[in-house]
Amino acid sequence: MRVEQISIFLENKSGRLAEVTRILADAGVNIRSLSLADTTDFGVLRLIVDQTDRAQQVLKANGFTGGKTDVLAVAVPDRPGGLAKILGMLDGAGINVEYMYAFVQRSGDNAIMIFRVDGLDKAIQTLTEGGVRVLKGEELYAL
Amino acid sequence: MIWDDEYETLPREAMEALQLKRLRAMVDRVCSTVPFYKRKLGEMGYKPGDLRKLDDLSHLPFTTKDDLRDNYPFGLFAVPMERVVRIHASSGTTGKPTVVGYTRRDVDTWAELMARTLSCGGTSSRDIVHNAYGYGLFTGGLGAHYGAEKIGAAVIPMSGGNTKRQILIMKDFGSTILLSTPSYALNLAEVMAEEGVSPAALRLKCGLFGAEPWSEGMRREIERQLKIDALDIYGLSEVIGPGVASECIEVKQGLHVFEDHFIPEIIDPATGKTLPHGEAGELVFTTLTKEAFPVLRYRTRDISRLIPTPCSCGRTLLRMERISGRTDDMLIIRGVNVFPSQIESVLMEIEGVEPHYQLIVTRDGTLDVLEVQVEINESVFTDAIKGLEKLAKRVEHDIKDLLGVSCKARLVEPKTIQRSEGKAKRVIDKRTV
Repeated sequence: MRVEQISIFLENKSGRLAEVTRILADAGVNIRSLSLADTTDFGVLRLIVDQTDRAQQVLKANGFTGGKTDVLAVAVPDRPGGLAKILGMLDGAGINVEYMYAFVQRSGDNAIMIFRVDGLDKAIQTLTEGGVRVLKGEELYAL
Repeated sequence: MIWDDEYETLPREAMEALQLKRLRAMVDRVCSTVPFYKRKLGEMGYKPGDLRKLDDLSHLPFTTKDDLRDNYPFGLFAVPMERVVRIHASSGTTGKPTVVGYTRRDVDTWAELMARTLSCGGTSSRDIVHNAYGYGLFTGGLGAHYGAEKIGAAVIPMSGGNTKRQILIMKDFGSTILLSTPSYALNLAEVMAEEGVSPAALRLKCGLFGAEPWSEGMRREIERQLKIDALDIYGLSEVIGPGVASECIEVKQGLHVFEDHFIPEIIDPATGKTLPHGEAGELVFTTLTKEAFPVLRYRTRDISRLIPTPCSCGRTLLRMERISGRTDDMLIIRGVNVFPSQIESVLMEIEGVEPHYQLIVTRDGTLDVLEVQVEINESVFTDAIKGLEKLAKRVEHDIKDLLGVSCKARLVEPKTIQRSEGKAKRVIDKRTV
């Protein structure tokens, strides 16, 4: 039920993001989704790709520093209140959402959101029991 | 291991008697052979024989870096050129280089002192000494070289730079003792990690590091990364080069000053007043045995303290604390005095922070702004922004807390701070006076 996400430290300098995408393109890695969080000095680029290990390896070889984190991919009904309900369930279970962003592809009638939470297993359990679909890594990459 | 078990373990009274005898001879000699000293000592009414006790030294005039420059190149030599066998010069980053000379006996003395230094790190004739101090006008390379040969060790005269080749040679030749600046030792360790060379593939056991101020935290880091004992050694070309003082591997607390050749003093840099043992101030050295280039009360601009308590290694020599800064690399940030080495000490206490840092000083209107650049690495990286911001805040907080100066910490990508090939460049001061 977990999805691997890689994250990379980027200084706020022109061309760094282009550099990351070029390295991944040269390695034949396909970016499935990404989110960039930034401050005035630096940013953290979070990526979901089709070959996590390969992406990590080529980025490291090119001098980038980062890490791998498990996140959740949740099918969110694409209608008013769809996301609110899911966030309400997590909040009710005392689970803190560190950050979230939307996945590019849809799954049927659902939008897919990526969640980074502080209690992964509990979140999976809470959502599944509440009838919310949490996607497996393979499902996500195959979309 | 004590190289000279007579002079390095002299009882205090015997040492002081020897120092007084040598000091009198030295002062009388420069008074008659070096016009600069003749004039200076003459101005204060000094006459041969006036020096009755060691304390009288504190009444004699100082020699400064400016005096050396004013007498460029050979004005302070105390012997005719026919007796000089070697000339070295400082890098001279500001103005002209300072030039020093050696007679044959000076070169022998120097080798003897470097043999003592290397012995402080346990070097014997069975060792292979990897000498990465620069060879050339800089005193580091040749000074260490002669000392290692005197011991009978096999010296590899590497000099600085070409880091990958240094590692290959350390590995293939089985170097056991490393001589370099501390910042270059870290550079070597880092490139080793990149090249996949583990410390276990080397036979290094001890490193003797000098020529720039460094911290206890940096020592721990070098010892951890290279799996060696790291010792602090001290010297400067104006006094002789490396071989003025050295830590012992047994205790690693303070550097033994080779007092039978040099008298150390600590003074208040503002007033010039001699300070008692234990107080921090500027280090001043008087050479006792140098022939070609004797110096009287040379102001080093290095900040230290003298430790009079005996050391358990058996040496009776006075110890000096590791250099905590230089009076001339002291930064004044909004009126607060800060040394780069103090910032290094703070950074090294924060887990996961790399020993690579740079300080950028700018002026915003009338306000000084200090930026501390710290490299990020995998062990401190987190995908959550607030985690990284917390690290930056911690750096800012600890520096403010311990040094009393506000700064901005900037996290930068790995390997973006220039690596040392010799002396590390820690400060970029963009303020215009």
